[in-house]
Amino acid sequence: MAENILHEVTQADYKYGFTTDIETDIIPIGLNEDVVRVISAKKNEPEWMLEYRLKAYRHWTTMKMPEWAHLKIPEINYQSISYYAAPRTNGPKNLDEVDPELLKTFNKLGIPLEEQMALSGIAVDAVMDSVSVKTTFKETLAEKGIIFCSFSEAVEHHPDLIQKYMASVVPITDNFFAALNSAVFSDGSFVYIPKGVRCPMELSTYFRINAINTGQFERTLIVADEDSYVSYLEGCTAPTRDENQLHAAIVEIIVHKNAEVKYSTVQNWYPGDKQGKGGVYNFVTKRGICKGDNSKLSWTQVETGSAITWKYPSCILQGDNSSAEFYSVAVTNHYQQADTGTKMIHLGKNTRSHILSKGISAGFSNNSYRGLVRVSPKADNARNYSQCDSLLLGDKCGAHTFPYMEVNNETAIIEHEATTSKISEDQIFYCNQRGISTEDAVGLIVNGYAKEVLNKLPMEFAVEAQKLLQITLEGSVG
Amino acid sequence: MLQIKNLHASINGKEILKGLNLTVRPGEIHAIMGPNGAGKSTLASVLTGNPAFEVTHGTVSFNGKDLLELAPEQRANEGIFLSFQYPVEIPGVSMVNFMRTAINEQRKYRQQETISATDFLRLMREKKELVEMDNKLTNRSVNEGFSGGEKKRNEIFQMAMLDPSLSILDETDSGLDIDALRIVANGVNKLKRADNATIVITHYQRLLDYIVPDFVHVLYDGRIVKTGDKNLALELEEKGYDWIKQEVEGK
Repeated sequence: MAENILHEVTQADYKYGFTTDIETDIIPIGLNEDVVRVISAKKNEPEWMLEYRLKAYRHWTTMKMPEWAHLKIPEINYQSISYYAAPRTNGPKNLDEVDPELLKTFNKLGIPLEEQMALSGIAVDAVMDSVSVKTTFKETLAEKGIIFCSFSEAVEHHPDLIQKYMASVVPITDNFFAALNSAVFSDGSFVYIPKGVRCPMELSTYFRINAINTGQFERTLIVADEDSYVSYLEGCTAPTRDENQLHAAIVEIIVHKNAEVKYSTVQNWYPGDKQGKGGVYNFVTKRGICKGDNSKLSWTQVETGSAITWKYPSCILQGDNSSAEFYSVAVTNHYQQADTGTKMIHLGKNTRSHILSKGISAGFSNNSYRGLVRVSPKADNARNYSQCDSLLLGDKCGAHTFPYMEVNNETAIIEHEATTSKISEDQIFYCNQRGISTEDAVGLIVNGYAKEVLNKLPMEFAVEAQKLLQITLEGSVG
Repeated sequence: MLQIKNLHASINGKEILKGLNLTVRPGEIHAIMGPNGAGKSTLASVLTGNPAFEVTHGTVSFNGKDLLELAPEQRANEGIFLSFQYPVEIPGVSMVNFMRTAINEQRKYRQQETISATDFLRLMREKKELVEMDNKLTNRSVNEGFSGGEKKRNEIFQMAMLDPSLSILDETDSGLDIDALRIVANGVNKLKRADNATIVITHYQRLLDYIVPDFVHVLYDGRIVKTGDKNLALELEEKGYDWIKQEVEGK
């Protein structure tokens, strides 16, 4: 069977008239070993990196797309996708050429003009303020011995760290999309915080500019050495119009003894139009490990974009007394689908995990929480508290909760609470009567509902995320 | 200020208001009384634009504007306030946030700048004292876990904050003990000025001991059938509504 697929794939080379011209910016569609080699060659990667990619690719060809999620995923033809594209150069020249709808949203979010330009894909040169900010950042970080660079740079300059940690949390065999990413990932970020260092700033503003055009197969690796701390923010509140249909990213986080990592993400990929046409498929594998004793990892996510989201930021609690948190707001409107949640794997003693998931469904959308809490036989005194709330706007949408528990140690204490509520017409009218428009009322109520999670976000992002929730739900009531 | 002419309104196809006329001038307090099902609360809902009700006939003008043309939030920002009979709970939304949003929406509508944090807090403090409202309540979510009396007091607090030109109190006295009633009524009286007006909808004369009306109207079967001064309320208290019914049906 596997050989058949392999054979077919190899045949495809000829069909598409494949060439290995590494000077061009976009390679022909389709995926096979040669494509993997080209990607690696374009990035001037060392042999071990190529081997890793090929191993992943070969494994991927034996795998099938997972079907267990509560999602209707149209068939994806993996041979019709181009797996490497350099940043766009034929984008708009100035803001006049940008979709006015997009600009309207930028303004509602209060995004500075320069960033608007960068986000719309306008080539922004070194005049931009944030570039100098970036340089200042780099100096401050370097003084502390913090490494924060693109994944490609890390492969080149810190091969020891990459080889040590890459795939140590998400192996290439982990799942279909992780294998695909491992084979063809374009770029991403690498963070290393040395022993005893507290990262003095949110690694955020920097990333917001930098994250654009890293491509559809991103890879992030964060390593926090003993007694260190970092707060990392990925993504962007602004709507990123992207022609890429398929996004399959990997995020791996390693937290050593007494270290703490906070990872926050705001995902706002193009969700498709109101009829459900188009939009990004976001199939992401995010996992961290609390490797050392007393280590701590927290995931905070605000998911408003993508046509389909398949994402379970998880944590392996290996060190004794380690703890993990998962805070999530997932919003779906129109025909969006989301199947998202977390996995908490308790291995060490006295490990604690806390799950707080807030789903909001509107329009014809479907929103599922899927979570696993596993307590291994050796994880004495493990403790988990899960709370999963769903808020429905309208009566054509769906909210689902799939909690799984595997408890193999009788000292564990596991609690699960779930609620479902609706925004009522009476609540809306009450707000209206106080002079608040229906859309603002929905925003107010939704933000009130999601507040516990939004409060976990870094300050400046929380404000934007609030506005984002409201914009996402515009026109969903009344 | 407010002129209602031949107003007809229905809910789910059932006609409740059947040709109601009412004129309210600045500085006046109007009490609307009447038996259950006469259309008292419907009048409040229709004036504030509750979408559950349909206006089938008639006109309402408010400060020269066609009120029926305006959306509920526009009516509110034009200066109409309803103290709800059953105030709604909004979990997760703090009173502070709710009030600041409402005030700023009103200011935006009137092309004024948003209120500064210090001014807002000062306003909150001032108005809380007016209705003797506990600090704890304003720190909680809108009406969530409030007792019946606290909810009504919270309505008057919001009224004080928004300073409407026309206030409609829909059975604000129901569910209040005598102390709460006094506090609520005092609040309303303190807010009374020559340039604003109040419509008090009530079943009982009791509230009118505290909020003294200039006019008392009897609403019966969707129409105002009798108008008098405060003595009419006393008469109703004493004799009930039967004599009104006979009078109307005898005509």
